[in-house]
Amino acid sequence: MSDNIAIKVENVSKTFKLPHERNTSIKSAVVNFYHRKRTFEKQQVLNDVSFEVKKGEFFGIVGRNGSGKSTLLKMLAGIYTPSKGYITVNGKLTPFIELGVGFSPELTGHENVFLNGALLGFSRKEMDILYDEIVDFAEIGRFMDQKLKNYSSGMQVRLAFSIAIRTKSDILLIDEVLAVGDLAFQQKCFEYFDQLKEKKKTIVLVTHDMTAVNQFCDRALFIHDGHIEAMGDPKQISQKYERVNYANSNDGAKTSDAEQELLTVDIIDRDGNAKQKIEYGGSIQFALSWPKDKEVGQAGVVIFKSGEVVFAANTRDQECNLGEGKIVWKVNALLGAGRYKVAATIFKSNRKSIISTSKLQSFLIYDQPLRGKKNDEWEGVSYLENEWLQSER
Amino acid sequence: MRHIFSKQNRALLSELVRTDFKLRYQGSVLGYAWSLLRPLLLFVILYAVFVLVLKTGGDIPHFPVYLLLGIVIWNFFLEMTTQSLGSIVGRGDLIRKIRIPRWIIVLSSSISALINLFLNLIVVSIFMVLNHVDLLSTSLLLPLILLEVYVFALGLSLFLSAAFVKFRDISYIWEVILQAGFYLTPILYALTLVPSVTAQKLILLNPMAQTIQDARYVFITHKTPTIHRIFEGGPYTLIPFTLVILVLIGGLLYFRKESKYFAENI
Repeated sequence: MSDNIAIKVENVSKTFKLPHERNTSIKSAVVNFYHRKRTFEKQQVLNDVSFEVKKGEFFGIVGRNGSGKSTLLKMLAGIYTPSKGYITVNGKLTPFIELGVGFSPELTGHENVFLNGALLGFSRKEMDILYDEIVDFAEIGRFMDQKLKNYSSGMQVRLAFSIAIRTKSDILLIDEVLAVGDLAFQQKCFEYFDQLKEKKKTIVLVTHDMTAVNQFCDRALFIHDGHIEAMGDPKQISQKYERVNYANSNDGAKTSDAEQELLTVDIIDRDGNAKQKIEYGGSIQFALSWPKDKEVGQAGVVIFKSGEVVFAANTRDQECNLGEGKIVWKVNALLGAGRYKVAATIFKSNRKSIISTSKLQSFLIYDQPLRGKKNDEWEGVSYLENEWLQSER
Repeated sequence: MRHIFSKQNRALLSELVRTDFKLRYQGSVLGYAWSLLRPLLLFVILYAVFVLVLKTGGDIPHFPVYLLLGIVIWNFFLEMTTQSLGSIVGRGDLIRKIRIPRWIIVLSSSISALINLFLNLIVVSIFMVLNHVDLLSTSLLLPLILLEVYVFALGLSLFLSAAFVKFRDISYIWEVILQAGFYLTPILYALTLVPSVTAQKLILLNPMAQTIQDARYVFITHKTPTIHRIFEGGPYTLIPFTLVILVLIGGLLYFRKESKYFAENI
């Protein structure tokens, strides 16, 4: 293997045998042996996958649930053995399939740090040196002598993360670690990714979060039904992934690529310039346009974040002229900081038949103020009008 | 092979053993003291039954200590194999989520058992002093005999822990085998009480019987009938040792073959 390759995957397939009736007892194994009834389903999770990860590369693996991406990661980590093919790893590798592996609720935080550290390949001496740093970073100093079962889940995650990031391996495999924790924690993760990039570590990140893919990955792999659907530029991969995802989540209203070309959405500012970063509270305009010859009865726009609809609106109850082939939807971006996706749909006059659904576009909200209109502190996806009422007896 | 006892693996091993030990007496008032108290109390019961009531000692001098040493060695064997048996399944969370050498898990339960063995041997030594047993020069051979027990138990542990992943019946079967083995081994009774010499010979082919008798011979009294004495030398005396080596090799091979699929089979 040439020196600049960190991981080489050659024609790897993985098949799980799923017995219909699991022979976990000897009796059933014997009985089934005589009756020749050892029926099991072979489930092929990965089929002939080959790729290489270069040294110092930030490599993303995306795919829907059940696509085989976690199985692939576990094989890269040496936890599963491939049924066919070879995986060669060049360098020291640490997998983060879950934070805080081996944490025991009955042990104190202090004891768990040393246990977890040993599992990540640190000696006791090294942990002695790192210990203060870990505790400081996790911000739970005074709880370290309490049992872990008395920690909040947030504290456990912070502690686990704080240990995990000390690892000195050349190659890191990271699986959806980001899915846990709040915004502040995700921010910490992103900072850590930046550090890793600076140190030229090799990272394989398995995720659903296209923001992370776009922001960090040098290359990405889209895995679908156990085979490689696409590999290459992260922007293209994430668009492709979201398109497939969006198409699947709109069952019954599937649109082909050709139909998708009909409707476009552009995100513009007041002056009509294309814009992707919007300050909190600023106004965003979404310009929808489609061929004039289409008879459009209704248009709708959906904004979402991590798969959840944040806001959706349509023209049904509005007096709009949709005959011109374009319309602009304007909103005030009272949205929390983060990346949002937007997609638009145009319908015929009855709302059930879709003419076209646009490609997904994304925009970023930044500079979310900590204080709201009434100088009240807040965080979250959106600022809500609120007041505190004194209860009167 | 070079990296088997690398710095990281040693650190991990010691951390797993520490955790095991801390968790074992978690929540009990006396804590670690139970490691010594348990064999002590057990011994009091056995002493009452087998020395005062049943008198199974025959003409063996220092029978109480003789009895205790046998029990301590057997308990080590029992503890190590039963704990190892469930160790891989019990540590499924680690195996499914992190890459550590699987044998470290079995080794860590075996070391926990070893630590207990040494604590128990301290209790035995106390009783030796109380019983006015002379310290024999052959005592120096005791570690070698204990090593044989350890190797035998390790081979079985590797096999059992790997088999338990696939067949959960193993734990019940092993329990029965241990129970039978306990009575087939001259622990509670003196070997000389077995009437037929052929039966005595057969009993001593079992590595556990051979080691326990040898341990008593070197540590407590030369009046102990050992495999060498019963067979009067000869190639048959090599059978238990051969068995031990075969069990270790078999266990290692089976464990290595199965360990690739632990993560998906647990």
